[in-house]
Amino acid sequence: MSDAKKFMFVNRKAPYGTIYALESLEVVLITAAFDQDVSLAFLDDGVYQLKKGQQTKGIETKNFSPAYRALEDYDIEKLYVEKEAMAARGLTEEDFLVPVTVLSRAEMGKLMDEQDVVLSF
Amino acid sequence: MKYGIVVNEGPYQHQSSDSAYLFAKAAIEKGHEVWRVFFYHDGVNNATRLTEPPQDDRHIVNRWTKLAEEHKVDLVVCVAAALRRGIKEENLAQGFRISGLGQLVEAGIKCDRLVTFGD
Amino acid sequence: MLHIINQSPLNSSTLDTCLNTAAGGDILFIEDAVYAVTKGNAAEAKLKAAMGKFKLHVLLPDLEARGLGDRLMDGVTGVDYGGFVDLTSNNKTCQSWL
Repeated sequence: MSDAKKFMFVNRKAPYGTIYALESLEVVLITAAFDQDVSLAFLDDGVYQLKKGQQTKGIETKNFSPAYRALEDYDIEKLYVEKEAMAARGLTEEDFLVPVTVLSRAEMGKLMDEQDVVLSF
Repeated sequence: MKYGIVVNEGPYQHQSSDSAYLFAKAAIEKGHEVWRVFFYHDGVNNATRLTEPPQDDRHIVNRWTKLAEEHKVDLVVCVAAALRRGIKEENLAQGFRISGLGQLVEAGIKCDRLVTFGD
Repeated sequence: MLHIINQSPLNSSTLDTCLNTAAGGDILFIEDAVYAVTKGNAAEAKLKAAMGKFKLHVLLPDLEARGLGDRLMDGVTGVDYGGFVDLTSNNKTCQSWL
């Protein structure tokens, strides 16, 4: 792992309204197979991706949110949520379907600076 | 330097494909290598040879093909995103190839810089 | 780090999020984000305030295409596509704030 790069996936878009969240998650799962150091950051409306209790039957779309729970099986455990984004949406950590680390904006910015590759979709 | 470029939006609808192309061309002119361009999301629509813009408009698809031929740029279209949107071998433009998402991750690993263009 | 912004500040929270979150470095405004760095735009004051922390650049072909080539606010450097490439090679990483 010593030559692994630090990959960060920055998620700023809500699920279902557009396909970005789903297709971003597909890249994350593939990246896991390459033994890289993977982090996921959730900012702005991206935090809605992690909301518990998504019921998509009525919009005839696949509910892909269970896949966030599978990340752990791929050794992807660094999920960071920006505190201010979460608060601005009336959400708390209890609303999320997976355990996350809540970071302040400043901490998030510092973490971004430490990455080798930052991908956003 | 070795560059990877990601294009997330379709041609004509959004400027990102134009921005990515002009960036790639400028990088090559500066002596850098554009190793791979990866087309994802609606970006896969950059790869259909059925594209026919009006004659007085730029031909975005052919422009990519020419760039690939002249500078050995690897144009990769994500297979999952492509199949969802009806892009297959049978309508794939010259110079493009369809492959997996691993090609994007590989670009992130092997390239010195990865630059994303999207919405 | 190079931050690339492509959305108009009056239509998207992208600029605010970048300014509030990013640790510093270069910001390049491309596509519809070029409106942010024009004189009289509502974003002007916050960008002036951010100049200590960030160096601001704009992609001139995008600014000129939108008829605002003569309205660039002070303190912002104009670059062509070659200058865009240089910004990416001079920074270790770049992030597109999509």
